[in-house]
Amino acid sequence: MPNNQAIVPAASEPAGAGHNEHPSYLLHHFQSVEQQADTSNFAMWLFLLTEMMFFGGLFTAYLIYRNWYYLAFVAGSHQLNVVWGTLNTVVLICSSFTMAMGVWCAETRRRSGLVLCLILTFILGLGFLGIKTIEYSEKIEKHHVPGFHYNLSSFLDPASDPEIFKEYHDKPLPLDIARHTELYFSLYFLMTGMHALHMIIGIGILGFMIFRARAGAYISGHVTFVENFGLYWHFIDIVWIYLFALLYLISRH
Amino acid sequence: MSTNTIVSLPDQETARIPKKNFLTKENGLLSWLLTRDHKRIAILYLITTTFFFIIGGAAAALIRLELLTPTGDMVSSDTYNKLFSIHGIIMVFFFLVPIAPGVLGNFLIPLMIGAKDVALPRINLLSWYLFVIGGCFELYMMIFGGVDTGWTFTTPLSTHYVNSHVIGAAMGIFIAGFSSILTGINFIVTIHKMRAPGMTWFRLPLFIWSYYATSIIFVLATPVIAISMVLIMLERVIGIGLFDPTKGGDPLLFQHLFWFYSHPAVYVMILPGMGIISEVISNFSRKRVFGYTAVAFSSVAIAVFSFFVWAHHMFIMGISTYSALLFSLFSMLVAIPSAIKVFNWSATLYKGSITFDTPMLYAFGFIGLFTIGGCTGVMLATLGMDIHVTETYFIVAHFHYVMVGGMVSAFMAGLHFWWPKMTGRMYPESLGRLAAVILFIGFNLTFFPQFILGYLGMPRRYHFYPPEFQALNVLSTSGASILAIGYLLPALYLIWSLRHGAIAGNNPWQATGLEWQTQSPPLTENFTEIPIMDHEAYDYAWLERQSRDNRREEAPSAE
Amino acid sequence: MNHISPVIWQFPVKWMTNFPLFPPEASTIAPQMDALLFFMVLVSLIGLTVVVLLIISFSILYNKKRHPVAEQIEGSILLEATWTIIPLGLFLVMFVWGAVIYFRVFTPPANAMNIYVVGKQWMWKIEHPGGQHEINALHVPAGRAVQLTLISQDVFHSFSIPAFRVKREAIPGRYTTVWFEATTPGTYHLFCTQYCGTNHSQMIGDVVVQTPEDYRKWLSNSTSGVSLAQDGERLFASLSCSACHNARPNARGPNLANVYGSRLTLSNGQTITADEAYLRQSILNPSQHITQGYAPIMPTYQGQISEEGVIALIEFIKNLNSDYRIQQTLNTTDLPPESEGKTPPAAQAPAAKAHATQGRVKK
Repeated sequence: MPNNQAIVPAASEPAGAGHNEHPSYLLHHFQSVEQQADTSNFAMWLFLLTEMMFFGGLFTAYLIYRNWYYLAFVAGSHQLNVVWGTLNTVVLICSSFTMAMGVWCAETRRRSGLVLCLILTFILGLGFLGIKTIEYSEKIEKHHVPGFHYNLSSFLDPASDPEIFKEYHDKPLPLDIARHTELYFSLYFLMTGMHALHMIIGIGILGFMIFRARAGAYISGHVTFVENFGLYWHFIDIVWIYLFALLYLISRH
Repeated sequence: MSTNTIVSLPDQETARIPKKNFLTKENGLLSWLLTRDHKRIAILYLITTTFFFIIGGAAAALIRLELLTPTGDMVSSDTYNKLFSIHGIIMVFFFLVPIAPGVLGNFLIPLMIGAKDVALPRINLLSWYLFVIGGCFELYMMIFGGVDTGWTFTTPLSTHYVNSHVIGAAMGIFIAGFSSILTGINFIVTIHKMRAPGMTWFRLPLFIWSYYATSIIFVLATPVIAISMVLIMLERVIGIGLFDPTKGGDPLLFQHLFWFYSHPAVYVMILPGMGIISEVISNFSRKRVFGYTAVAFSSVAIAVFSFFVWAHHMFIMGISTYSALLFSLFSMLVAIPSAIKVFNWSATLYKGSITFDTPMLYAFGFIGLFTIGGCTGVMLATLGMDIHVTETYFIVAHFHYVMVGGMVSAFMAGLHFWWPKMTGRMYPESLGRLAAVILFIGFNLTFFPQFILGYLGMPRRYHFYPPEFQALNVLSTSGASILAIGYLLPALYLIWSLRHGAIAGNNPWQATGLEWQTQSPPLTENFTEIPIMDHEAYDYAWLERQSRDNRREEAPSAE
Repeated sequence: MNHISPVIWQFPVKWMTNFPLFPPEASTIAPQMDALLFFMVLVSLIGLTVVVLLIISFSILYNKKRHPVAEQIEGSILLEATWTIIPLGLFLVMFVWGAVIYFRVFTPPANAMNIYVVGKQWMWKIEHPGGQHEINALHVPAGRAVQLTLISQDVFHSFSIPAFRVKREAIPGRYTTVWFEATTPGTYHLFCTQYCGTNHSQMIGDVVVQTPEDYRKWLSNSTSGVSLAQDGERLFASLSCSACHNARPNARGPNLANVYGSRLTLSNGQTITADEAYLRQSILNPSQHITQGYAPIMPTYQGQISEEGVIALIEFIKNLNSDYRIQQTLNTTDLPPESEGKTPPAAQAPAAKAHATQGRVKK
């Protein structure tokens, strides 16, 4: 039996469609620009799904421990500064808006608009991290970072922490409840830290995009990269909104 | 034409391996390390996973040698613990999880669906690098003292009590996890978006269906192990307390997170095997797989159910009896799709035209071993029985039956089946059959005694054991030496065949998949022109027509 | 069957004794577990035989020589349904059967005698209520239900007695229980089956099942002279528990007599049964488990009492049937009942501060 040489015949495109008509950004293994854009969009959504599962583990831990150690979690969340938190939420939502505008600019081929939007997003992202740094340094000063030097005095004796005491008039917690605030701060630092890490990565990519956009990239109709980055950015934004609600707001009475 | 084989090779005198193919396209180390060709990446995976298999296998050999006697004569308890931990970590995270997707998945998915490459070739290369970097962490961990937590990293043992390189090991798994995630994303996107014209979902080979199911697990489960590994590391470095009972943390939470990944992960280790077996059984009985839809959907069902069974690892760990009931029930249900597959494969043979080439022998071995592994799995899922046999050698035997007897047999079947496609050359058939038989015998001799040991109560991870268990342990160790030959032999003849094997031609197995319709080894862009899928999967009649047409075309030109 | 041929018969008997396939059945649950195993092995064997027979017979009937051209068959919904429903039915039978045994193993009878087990790297410490302490050995009487209450003071361990077919994890920070009724006197293996570090494989011991008479003899010969409850009473006094839990009308802590096993209403409105786990929690994390009507003033004893100490206290509280015992305890302490407001010496300084600001004694 002769070994058959059958290569399934007939290409999908008419032979006339020359290769030189393909835009330069079309990768060799795709048939069309639409396919390529579809593909990377779909991949981005899947990636966001994995991100959800990644944060999901932390959210699960949060739910369980909040349920177990409710009083400690309330006391812990009173330590967070809602003003900074709200400001950060506003900053992030604004940055999402500028990002969305950036995508629109890229789609409508406005180079200077795109560059401006990206720079604004970049600045707002940095602003968020700046505010986060202020918040972190407050916690570090009070020894609220879990681990070696975790200090319980703000919970055992709230009056020693006049600013917070003024606002909430917390009763002192017994030692065995106060100890569990460490778990609250573990989760606080883990969740916001993971979020900040995503922000830092995002800002890094933004810097790269600004550099490229100034050189005229992304405005030739092929905007998948900007779009996908936008998705990533909005995702981080949404995660923050959940974090804000769960860590700052839910325990305010 | 011989009657006990399907192979039809081109005339060896005139046949040549095509000069232009993905192997010869470019030369030099850099052309491999920077390649974006899915086939080359598959070869890279083959080399690296084989490397890790040798490490894990060496650890296994030492473990079995040590267990020849009830007392520890060869190594200290500490070393023994490190050996089985390394064996577990390497074999699970750096061999079983990546082999099937990394090697066969990468090589075949684009070929089978008629694409030029996977959807995201650069990400694909990145996955391999992440895998290698993760592996380097494990190597670092091993060279500088090893880890002795077992592959399960049980807290608080791993976080507060052992004094070995847990962080290195966890970091390696964390990074390799991203390799799995990216591979999963890549496969799903490829299968969704890159299919050739005419390649509808129900024309896909079952191989693709099972890899699709595997990828779902990759995407949804792996991030959870990533975060658990981060938590382990932070717990060790800073002491965040989430798993520390003295700080109010719950060590069981880690078990939940860990098994939420690790149970679906065992399906990552078997689902691709099922896909391979579907291809092989169909091809060597010349029949479309019996109940195509049932087999396809059972893969997806396994992937979905696998997310609801994780707590069956914790039946005696103090989870509530009612949740134990639920998880036991779901674990029973996940066995159903597996049973459906086994029966469908058996039924595929009915009225087929069966030949017993090496891949088929491995496939038969797979069905037998997997059935035993599956049945004992049901025993373990049964609540009452689990109390007695969990944490003993019974469970060790069970998962080796599924992982090694199942997945490794299937992988060998797949490797032999697609070897001619990957290299353009055949392996020596008689040696192949011999190795398949040796592997089957050695495997059963190694692991069947462990079922009895387990029921007798011998706990797993024991360095010293009561002397009455010695006879069965000796039997197991002697089986392991046969098993080792079963692995060594293919390694040798496959390497030999790279140079001296018979030239395979495009389609030595007379198989129907699109991958067989192009040259072997394929071109870098896989097909000269994008194929059109105009027939069902496993349509052997179409193949007949095709070769008849070819003959007719050739005939006039010969005149 | 010995009458057939004692000469031949000795070989299988010898073989079976030297290479047993089953561990001895030495508890009431063991035969039930083995019956389930036989059933499952039988079903598995039938399933495996069906598959193997199918493969072998098809391989013979339809190999290429005999059957050169394959017949294409699409599939059959009827067949698919058959091999879905039959295994499903069998699995459900196994599920129910297994669940019944599971519930039996983890639901101790009311009259079971309780023995405490504390696991640590790498030994088992057994605490009998009568004050007998054992390490890596467990003496139990035959014919009597024995409940084990397990806890670990460091990592996960697992207490496994293959001859009884029972096993239970010892978990750090919470009690787990398991029970069995030994049937045959003898010495059996005790294993730790959950990997727990370097000497995991040496965390083994013997379970000695004795006839009730022997057991009684053993109990009286190996007692330390102080029962677990008496040990707890001593601890109760030395930790000054009686300063508040003194059963007086104006006491700051609830009366502990007869508290074990009763339903309590907590300050957050929850009702809870005062079992071992609850007692342990209210010693180590008292503020989260305040009985209704009392102020959260009890200091935590986490890190100050060993697991054995907690067990002794619990055993003491379990045996408190009247206020009389507590009054007796009071007499043994130096702290006069009037010394209210003073904190027990064990409490930490921050806790003391919290106390002082709390001020109130009783709501």
